[in-house]
Amino acid sequence: MSVKTLKIDGKDVAAEEGTMLLQAAQDAGIQIPTLCFLAGLTPAAACRMCLVEVEGSHKLLPACVTEVAEGMVVQTHTPKLQGFRRMNVELLFAEGNHVCAVCVANGNCELQDLAIALGMDHSRFPYRFPDRHVDISHDQFGIDHNRCVLCTRCVRVCDEIEGAHVWDVAQRGEHCFIVSGLHQPWGEVDACTSCGKCVDACPTGAIFRKGSTIGEKERDRAKLEFLVTAREKHQWTR
Amino acid sequence: MAGITARICGICPVSHLLASAKTGDKILAVKIPPAADKLRRMMNLAQITQSHALSFFHLSSPDFLLGWDSDPAKRNVFGLIEANPDLARAGIRLRQFGQTVIEKLGTRKIHAAWIVPGGVRSPLSEAGRQWIVERLPESFETVQLALGLFKHLLDEQFQAEMNIFGEFPTLYMGLVNGNGEWEHYDGSLRFTDSQGNIVVDGLNEDDYHRFLGEAVEPWSYLKFPYYQPLGYPDGIYRVGPLARLNVCDRIGTEGADRELQELRDRAGGVATSSFLYHYARLIEILACLEKIQELVDDPDVLSPRCRAQGGVNQLNAVGVSEAPRGTLFHHYQVDENGLLEKVNLIIATGQNNLAMNKTVAQIAKHYIHGSEIPEGLLNRVEAGIRCYDPCLSCSTHAAGQMPLHLQLVAADGRLLNEVYR
Repeated sequence: MSVKTLKIDGKDVAAEEGTMLLQAAQDAGIQIPTLCFLAGLTPAAACRMCLVEVEGSHKLLPACVTEVAEGMVVQTHTPKLQGFRRMNVELLFAEGNHVCAVCVANGNCELQDLAIALGMDHSRFPYRFPDRHVDISHDQFGIDHNRCVLCTRCVRVCDEIEGAHVWDVAQRGEHCFIVSGLHQPWGEVDACTSCGKCVDACPTGAIFRKGSTIGEKERDRAKLEFLVTAREKHQWTR
Repeated sequence: MAGITARICGICPVSHLLASAKTGDKILAVKIPPAADKLRRMMNLAQITQSHALSFFHLSSPDFLLGWDSDPAKRNVFGLIEANPDLARAGIRLRQFGQTVIEKLGTRKIHAAWIVPGGVRSPLSEAGRQWIVERLPESFETVQLALGLFKHLLDEQFQAEMNIFGEFPTLYMGLVNGNGEWEHYDGSLRFTDSQGNIVVDGLNEDDYHRFLGEAVEPWSYLKFPYYQPLGYPDGIYRVGPLARLNVCDRIGTEGADRELQELRDRAGGVATSSFLYHYARLIEILACLEKIQELVDDPDVLSPRCRAQGGVNQLNAVGVSEAPRGTLFHHYQVDENGLLEKVNLIIATGQNNLAMNKTVAQIAKHYIHGSEIPEGLLNRVEAGIRCYDPCLSCSTHAAGQMPLHLQLVAADGRLLNEVYR
């Protein structure tokens, strides 16, 4: 496999052909913010947090699905990108009903972490206060659509790692929501194995263990990494 | 829900946490571990201590020490610091004691989501226990200092206020334990009258709708709870520190019981003036400190077995606790999965609403003659309301603004005069 050489933030980087920019940057010690990306799952490029500027392209490109190319010149942290990222997080907050103070993921939430990292202390956009529902029909888990950012990690982890495909995205545009089974209450979906991978994958407090109170959500991300390693490299160690 | 309701208030979030978690315990149908019971009690005692210290030292003592007619710009805790720095410092440190006990237990002073349905999240640490032991003596000294000061002021200056600031007969309601002693966390509800007779005893919070009515008036957002058998508004009753001291047979700790007896001796039986809420608050602080001292020596407070788990086993539950301002009810109805379908809260300030209105009328009748509203009446109306230490003051004004609007209305409804601040 051939190696591509490129510049990311002025730094010379070499990466194997087929590597995504996000991975190449991370290998070079350059962190690009992400939200929907989760190692081991097919990238969805849904959140647009990892947008980067590539010389010669008139569009901003999502680093998670853009392959490295020979001679590429990439900027990952320009003022323009930082401004867009902050705006993106503001829009995510304005779109749902995110009340950190009473959320199970308070202090352990990737959306909250992004807001802090990007200096978002308020939203310039009016909050929409959508009327969304909460489903706690499952014995062990619950989903609060108010806190969902539609990253689709749950959809992908359930499909690609567990192989159950309990979750999918229903509707379109602003009406999109994560649907369980054939639009059934989660507790009635036979396909669900109650493995809890969606809880571990969810970046916010949208999917949680029942009985958790404020700030009590914990994730076992190592379990997901272990499963991916086992599947791809046949190494059953943790 | 405990976390959400705690956000109602920054002064007494613990009270809502407690009432909510107790309602949650009933929905889970679990008996919480003994350690959790004691730890919850300790946090509520600390909560009552800090809230009462705030009410007495920061908010009310400027009235007592600087005078009702003093400049409102200086009639505050900063004026107190100027006039009596030692007392102000001691009061601030007493509140800090209560707040820090809350922090030692729940890792945060405000909105510690530590009390949860089923118990509490974690026990007290040994370091936290040690801190409490070391700071208790200073707190005892402060409350004794304040008690001495207030009793002196009662003897020397405040005879008039005793008869004007909410001096009328009402019922009193509060929790008492199985021995009829002062209670703040569990037990049953008791109503007494102004002669000290027990009107009804052993009431269970589950039946609150049978003995409490909630009236509404078109001119207020606040409901007007009343004792249902007497109807509205004759069923007026008071809750809070004075009510708790009036309904109990005794407190159950040595120093506080001595002070309670002195209060009863001074009042000639039942203390019926709302001005004595201030006195009652100080006695309750003493009671809280004595009970914290008992708890801190109990090995259970260090026990990690402090949370019971359970699913949804009941769909309807009522929880009750004593907040610093009085009895607090939470009533939830949930569906089979535990999602809330209906919520009703009966808060202490609401229960004192009828009495607060009556207090304002009593103050107005005493100080207003004709259609003129004399200077200083606003201060006294404020002070009359402040006896009850209601949530109103926090919930209705922004920092630096006090939207006080007084209207004098004739019997036929004509507006005679009005003043603003």
